Amino acid sequence: MFTRRTDLALAQDNHSRFLPWLIAFMVYLAILAMAGTFILNGLVVTWDRNMSGTMTVQLPSADNPKQNKRNIDKALKILRVSPGISNARVVTAKEMMGLLEPWLGGSSSLSELPLPQLIDVTLVPGDDVNVKAIAKRLDAAVPHASIDDHRVWLDRFLRLIRTVQAIAISILALICLATVGTVIFTTRTGLAVHQEAIEVLHLIGAQDTYIARQFSTRAMMLALRGGFIGLALAIPTLIAIGTLSAAMDAGAIPKLSMGFDEWFVIGVMPLATAILAMVTARFTVLKSLAQML
Amino acid sequence: MPNSDHAWVVRFENVGLRYGLGPEVLQDVSFGLAPGSIHFLLGASGAGKSSLLRLMYLALKPSRGLISLFDRDIATTPRRLLPELRRRIGVVFQDFRLLNHLSAFDNVALPLRVAGIRENEVEKNVTELLSWVGLKEHLQARPPTLSGGQQQRVAIARAVIARPKLLLADEPTGNVDDNMALRLMHLFAQLNKLGTTIVIATHNEAMVERLAYPCLQLEDGTLHVSAAANEPAPMQEMQEEQLDHEKPFVLTALPDSPRRRSEKSS
Repeated sequence: MFTRRTDLALAQDNHSRFLPWLIAFMVYLAILAMAGTFILNGLVVTWDRNMSGTMTVQLPSADNPKQNKRNIDKALKILRVSPGISNARVVTAKEMMGLLEPWLGGSSSLSELPLPQLIDVTLVPGDDVNVKAIAKRLDAAVPHASIDDHRVWLDRFLRLIRTVQAIAISILALICLATVGTVIFTTRTGLAVHQEAIEVLHLIGAQDTYIARQFSTRAMMLALRGGFIGLALAIPTLIAIGTLSAAMDAGAIPKLSMGFDEWFVIGVMPLATAILAMVTARFTVLKSLAQML
Repeated sequence: MPNSDHAWVVRFENVGLRYGLGPEVLQDVSFGLAPGSIHFLLGASGAGKSSLLRLMYLALKPSRGLISLFDRDIATTPRRLLPELRRRIGVVFQDFRLLNHLSAFDNVALPLRVAGIRENEVEKNVTELLSWVGLKEHLQARPPTLSGGQQQRVAIARAVIARPKLLLADEPTGNVDDNMALRLMHLFAQLNKLGTTIVIATHNEAMVERLAYPCLQLEDGTLHVSAAANEPAPMQEMQEEQLDHEKPFVLTALPDSPRRRSEKSS
């Protein structure tokens, strides 16, 4: 099929020479957009898993350590009898120092700061915890105690990521449309350039599909070539992004990496583009030929 | 009236043709071509010969009237069935319409390839036919490198390679010398003997007189059929001495013609 000789001199067409490069460019952009959605997906899953099973109780710093201790005991007591909570653990002063150190520096003066007391609460997965009720009881026991269940923050974060993802998918759809449009344009030009030869084939008794096959095979080959160029350019880009993000080594940013499935989807992009181009060219030719007697 | 399977190979009834809003190029054309008949199509240039041929090889739709080919009304035949009809029609275009990027061989091979004939059959038949029309040395030549007469022979070879049931030739001997013209007419006569219905549009009065086939005469867009036209014409035998050491050409291309294979071997 690939080595078939063609009756139309499509290989000599100047107007289709740019097609592989345009398609390479579009496949490149499509892969980046696609990789973006994959990475964000991974991010959402990781953050959702890590954050939604926990909440943090914050108790205001009291005047003296004894009062602090009493407050903590009261809070723990309330938390441990509340339904849906599997564990409540006081964040030690040492851990607090560790969390603050990157921002404030490791100085002994830290211990003199009136830091709030934090209790790390682990929730029973799947249970619906009545955060409001717990907060009310905590506030009654320890004035100004508050609960941060990360939900509000996480929801906003997820909404942002989903929006970015939707934009990436729209870009992907636009790239597909642009590819289809380019193939249609190239095919129509080809039909016009080879009109005389097509008419001869037609009068000799060629079926429309016989003529369409020559165009669709050609479009497929050009798109395949372009697709592989695009893929070849996209892979180093993705690897570079991955390496740079790994070098950042920031705790808040999970590893920007993709699994085998994702790499596989990206790997078949040239093939998918070739099929898209083939089908587009075929329908363009058939539609045009249908106007002949 | 002929009484074979096909009542008529071509039948026109009150056919009129106009291009756009212009005047009618053809008016009330009615005639029938019996299977195995051979006709000259005569008329001054501009009389509508090419238009009539274009209607017959399905490049045009008539503005009015009925055209049937092989007993199928063209107007009611679904479009997807038309390629099948076209494959039974061989056309020698006045301007040849060879594909310039293809070799002579590939040009002649087109009708067979379009019909899905196996490549070894294609090879054999095309080489044989091109040799017969004297182009054995030019199988791989592209049309622009060939002379007008050579191109015309390629065009004729392409028209007859699939052994059409109907052969339409528009000035097929316009660019060749008398001897080659005679050989080509002999090729047409051979095909006609094998059952092909033939219409030859020509200005060559000497040839018309010599071969004395019945004539379709176009004058001002109307058709006059000469007396013998509705009957299969008696074959005018060729003068064999003019083709002395040439073996008679037989086409073996189509799979439905094993008979011709045995003829060839005898």
